[in-house]
Amino acid sequence: MNLSCPMPKFDFDVITMGHGGGGLLTHRLLQSGVFDVLKNDLLDQQHDGASFELNGKLAFSTDSYVISPIFFPGGNIGELAVNGTVNDLAMCGAVPKYLSLAFIIEEGMRMEALWEVLVSIKNAAAKAGVQIVTGDTKVVEKGKGDQIFINTSGIGVVHPKAAIHHNRVKEGDVIIVSGQLAQHGIAIMSKRQGLSFETDIVSDTTNLNHTILQLIEQFGDAIKFLRDPTRGGLASVLNELAEQTNLGYLIEQEQLPIDEQVEGACEMLGLDPLYVANEGLFVLVVDAAVAESVLKQLQQDANGQSARIIGKVVNTHPGKVMLKSRIGGHRVVGYLTGEQLPRIC
Amino acid sequence: MKFLSEYRDPEMVHAYTAELHRITSRPWTLMEICGGQTHSLVKNGLLDMLPKQITMVHGPGCPVCVTSVSVIDEAIWLAQQPNVILCSFGDMLRVPGSTISLLEAKAQGADVRILYSPLEAVELAQQHPDKQVVFFAVGFETTAPANALSVVHAAELGLHNYSILASHVLVPPAMEAILGDPENKIDAFLAAGHVCTIMGTEEYDPIAEKYQTPIVVTGFEPVDLLQGILMAVQQLEKGEWKVENQYARSVQREGNRMAQDTIQQVFAVSDRVWRGIGNIPQSGYEVNTRYQKYNARLKFNIDLVAAEENKDCISGDIMKGLKKPFQCPNFGTRCKPEHPLGAPMVSSEGACAAYYQYSGQVSEIIETV
Repeated sequence: MNLSCPMPKFDFDVITMGHGGGGLLTHRLLQSGVFDVLKNDLLDQQHDGASFELNGKLAFSTDSYVISPIFFPGGNIGELAVNGTVNDLAMCGAVPKYLSLAFIIEEGMRMEALWEVLVSIKNAAAKAGVQIVTGDTKVVEKGKGDQIFINTSGIGVVHPKAAIHHNRVKEGDVIIVSGQLAQHGIAIMSKRQGLSFETDIVSDTTNLNHTILQLIEQFGDAIKFLRDPTRGGLASVLNELAEQTNLGYLIEQEQLPIDEQVEGACEMLGLDPLYVANEGLFVLVVDAAVAESVLKQLQQDANGQSARIIGKVVNTHPGKVMLKSRIGGHRVVGYLTGEQLPRIC
Repeated sequence: MKFLSEYRDPEMVHAYTAELHRITSRPWTLMEICGGQTHSLVKNGLLDMLPKQITMVHGPGCPVCVTSVSVIDEAIWLAQQPNVILCSFGDMLRVPGSTISLLEAKAQGADVRILYSPLEAVELAQQHPDKQVVFFAVGFETTAPANALSVVHAAELGLHNYSILASHVLVPPAMEAILGDPENKIDAFLAAGHVCTIMGTEEYDPIAEKYQTPIVVTGFEPVDLLQGILMAVQQLEKGEWKVENQYARSVQREGNRMAQDTIQQVFAVSDRVWRGIGNIPQSGYEVNTRYQKYNARLKFNIDLVAAEENKDCISGDIMKGLKKPFQCPNFGTRCKPEHPLGAPMVSSEGACAAYYQYSGQVSEIIETV
């Protein structure tokens, strides 16, 4: 498949209010832009919605993407919007099939930037094996958006072997993370205005559905819990799980996979990598009997080379997440309150 | 962070804790001055490793926590003025003033921006000549040089739309205020390494001598803190009191002269009201007369009635080391990070925030592991 996509000749350089007005400009933007790039049988019908048949138990998910800056090391808001919803469906144990795509574009956005976002959406959808079958475009006045906001919703078919539910987690189960923590959040921060610092850190945004489905195919219901720790990081996911199950979760700092540069940036900014956002990462809770086998399979996958067993489910401190520090001390890992803000000194 | 790994080495940690257990013969109360030290102690689980006779208490070293309600009200008032961009470090935004916080003022439409360096604020002033840019300059001696430099820089650029709301506080007067309190129970201090990196250790000598109290300058890593605690306890056990420097990799006796010169160029020592403690004479920096056109208080003629602090918050007792966060009746109930009664629960350097975040509100949890 050829994924390169040269930009067609538009007679406008920037998005104007007219592109959201529903008239000729909207028509031209959609015809030469969105429909042409994201082409598929269902979208080509250009109807108010998409009609299709799916067999089996379905999963349905939605998410909105409001990231700043929209272009960051390792990706942009377009692929994030596809990967995010694809991954949410995968965490339900589902094979993602169809996505909707809604743009809220700020007047004045450069057409080249929008084009780059569109092409990324196309590439990410192709890689994940999903089709974008319906959507919407709105334009808001200058100053009322941040170049572009994107919403995606998705439908997928739950794999027959999947049995993902927090109520299946029990004492003795093992906690695994699929890759290095905090890369996405730090990659974004490295480009934020006022905070730019030199680093090779790139976002880990990617689709995880193929990786997840292989695990479910092989290990079935021994995979008990899946979640991608995006905003709020690993700490938030484990805290939610601890609350839902009323079990204790014990993780070992020594085992947490964290890139040296990411750790250094977190030190510098006074941030805890446990709370920093991730994108191409997932947490699994699996039956202890298969933990090592799951880890081995994950480490052979491009999305899981840095996977590690980081802890276990215990019967002490119910409802709490505890961390054993590198030096042998213990502390509670609680929820983050509000946004992590860099410290004063 | 390879350069840090040796300061997080479990074997060294165990060697220092073993020695502490060996030499500690009776109860000692040590105050860590800085919020960063408190967080490191709690975050790394160090408190549980110390001999039971050693009590660590938190000091007034969180710049956000000690900033008075009145100064935060001033910042909020400034942010609400037309055509003003109020900039500060992220930490300050959640701290409650007498009615709202800066974050709430932002949500109500005030132009409040989080910056990471005061020099960014100067750039912002260059980019927005039609706006007045005010930097809320909070912090101890650590942040003072950069804040001073921003004023010098703005003056060199001839900017007329930049000013700072100075709320700097100084460590030695606060230590003396604590030691002079009749209820004081502090046997020794761990002084903050980054403050001493700027100011050196000379100004601590008369304090150690006058109050016969050991002062050990430490860093923030587990090995730094344990070695510093050991040095302090060794002095106490021998009946000595002197200033020692555990953080020699960063701190020189005379400090950083260039940074000190920049401070002196722009600031003058002034009285300062500390949240929960009250007025401490000669304990802050204010913009001096030479640079007074960059003093936001004068520029905007701020004349607010000093606000009262929340009487239910015992932050003063906590920052003077008289009480631990767990001893506050509102800790974790009426006072949580999402609804703080005072700054120590909301600042990333605050003692209450550290205990709440890392101890899960109840200390007994730790003992069950």
